[in-house]
Amino acid sequence: MAKRGRAIVLTSGKGGVGKTTTTANLGTALARRGASVVLVDADVGLRNLDIVLGLESRVKHHVLDVLDELVEVDDALVPDKHTERLFLLAAAQSREKDEVETAKMQALIGKLRERFDYVLIDSPAGIELGFKNAVVGADEAIVVCTPEVAAVRDVDRVVGLLGNRFRPQLVINRLRPQLVRKGKMLSVEDVNAILRLPLLGVIADEPEIIVTTNRGEPLALNAATPTGAAYHAIAARLAGEDVAAPMPPAAKVSLFERIGSMLGGKRR
Amino acid sequence: MTARKIVVTSGKGGVGKTTTTANLGATLAKRGRRVILVDADIGLRNLDLVLGLEKRIVFDLVEVAEGRCQLRQALIKDKRFDSLAVLPAAQTREKDAITAEQFAGIVESAAEGADYVLIDCPAGIETGFRNAVAGATEAIVVTTPEVSAIRDADRVIGKISEAKKPIRLIVNRLRPEMVRSGDMLSVEDVCDVLSVELLGVVPDDEEIIDTTNRGEPIVLNEANRLRAIYEKIARRLEGELVPFTNFENQTLFGRLIGALKAG
Amino acid sequence: MIEFLKRLFGQQGSSATAKERLRLVLMTDHLELAPEMIDAMKRDLVDVISRYVEVDREKIDVSFERQDRTLAMLANIPILAVNRPSPNGSGAAKPAEASAPPSTQAEVPAPAQAEAPPAKPPVRKRRKRKKSQAAAPAPATAAAQ
Repeated sequence: MAKRGRAIVLTSGKGGVGKTTTTANLGTALARRGASVVLVDADVGLRNLDIVLGLESRVKHHVLDVLDELVEVDDALVPDKHTERLFLLAAAQSREKDEVETAKMQALIGKLRERFDYVLIDSPAGIELGFKNAVVGADEAIVVCTPEVAAVRDVDRVVGLLGNRFRPQLVINRLRPQLVRKGKMLSVEDVNAILRLPLLGVIADEPEIIVTTNRGEPLALNAATPTGAAYHAIAARLAGEDVAAPMPPAAKVSLFERIGSMLGGKRR
Repeated sequence: MTARKIVVTSGKGGVGKTTTTANLGATLAKRGRRVILVDADIGLRNLDLVLGLEKRIVFDLVEVAEGRCQLRQALIKDKRFDSLAVLPAAQTREKDAITAEQFAGIVESAAEGADYVLIDCPAGIETGFRNAVAGATEAIVVTTPEVSAIRDADRVIGKISEAKKPIRLIVNRLRPEMVRSGDMLSVEDVCDVLSVELLGVVPDDEEIIDTTNRGEPIVLNEANRLRAIYEKIARRLEGELVPFTNFENQTLFGRLIGALKAG
Repeated sequence: MIEFLKRLFGQQGSSATAKERLRLVLMTDHLELAPEMIDAMKRDLVDVISRYVEVDREKIDVSFERQDRTLAMLANIPILAVNRPSPNGSGAAKPAEASAPPSTQAEVPAPAQAEAPPAKPPVRKRRKRKKSQAAAPAPATAAAQ
């Protein structure tokens, strides 16, 4: 088995910044570009990757069933409703995170890498055992951050915990360009300056994201929408293509405006 | 008489536990209550940041647990209020640096000199969550009107119910215009699904980001409508029957919520 | 933008879709969390059916399945024997059932439904879902709906 897919953990420290949404959309975009992708939900007890993908009624078995050798991996893989080559391995809802043995999780990810081009692991919030088990099988990391002080602080901590094994790449989520312009939100540059990580992409805060989660239809299904396009660009970048990171159009602030806000505005 | 010990939790991260703890605590303090806020998120502390007290941390929760300092040495008095103090979490430790019993003991000590101890719970349902809940006798569950958040809230409600502690719900970040256009679940929908007593409804407000940036709880801003909202929540917490602000123009809203409250 | 999505994905507001999905997913979550309740429900179900026909208690299988917009409980209950109908109505076997193969889907309509509550959307009973709680989230129909 010469094939060796990429195993990437998506994590953040702070909850609610968009790890699961990013996992679902990035996976969708990668698969639509031709890669075979499996999404692994590592949030035992609080699973949500299934519901974001609209697959909640199709989950028959979960990761712990596989780790406990009750079923084969194939029985647990749920094919995506909308996208070929995309599969979900759901978390158990009624179990606890400490029931996952780290070594077994690592072995499972290794097996999945032999079959898929990409294994995206959706980490739970926090830095406890769930996080550690999500990280163990990965050899790349994407950290998701919103332009808010608490989130940046948590990502900083997580990057420290990830250690030397990883060179994490950054996705900035939920940017609100109008607030940035008013000096009421950290800008991409601000976040970059603090974290100093390679920037994979920027996603603007859109109400559609709530709508699409309501329906279980990730925005990346439509590469023509601004958010869909942003995820596809992230996928392209991840795949190594030289793509200009798509900035939400309104975020292009003129130099004059930026100097002005630096002189007069309150920046944290 | 010791304080009411209330854990503010959610399951899902990022729905507003810390913001709620800070603003509700500040509001209670403004009403003259003695309030202590405890950050139970060891390793990912943020309560200090949200209140702008991060530069004044000398000792933290873990050091108190390990006996390296007294509780009163670790408590940071917020100078903007007469009776608000914060016990920060440790930043460079892990959640298992403290046991549930130790945490409960510290909360007990804090409760002796206060009217309210509000515990800011970490996200998730792991050790940090269990420790935070162990310290409390009541719970406030915070959710947003979004599918993942509600599902996680349901799980957490189930877990806390097993511990037989009373639970009340805050629906945070409501966007009435999206509810009206059918793109967001309504408060009624959320209460329907979760079947827990409603404590408050807080609309989404982009000013929150700015206030966190500056470390100033939004309730200090007299011009912001959230100040009055948190006032109402505080009053309900103290047993008053306060009608819910009707954000959504649902005629059944008031009656339904009234029925829920009575039930 | 929202208008575009509405056109693309249909007219129903997404919050209605969300509420329905949430209702169903929480039912499934609760069932997963209550194995003792399911066992008790199985035992009670079998006890009731045994009053009418003889069943193989070892080979009973109960599962839950998402069907369209509801959750349904499916019970496969092998029937070992059906007594001749007696004057007081027990052993209520239609001749067709008497000649049915021993192991069969429990699609015996009359006795099961005489006892089980009529199929209706599951009651959203909450919170006190401890072991003995009989507020079964799924309609206890023995027949596949």
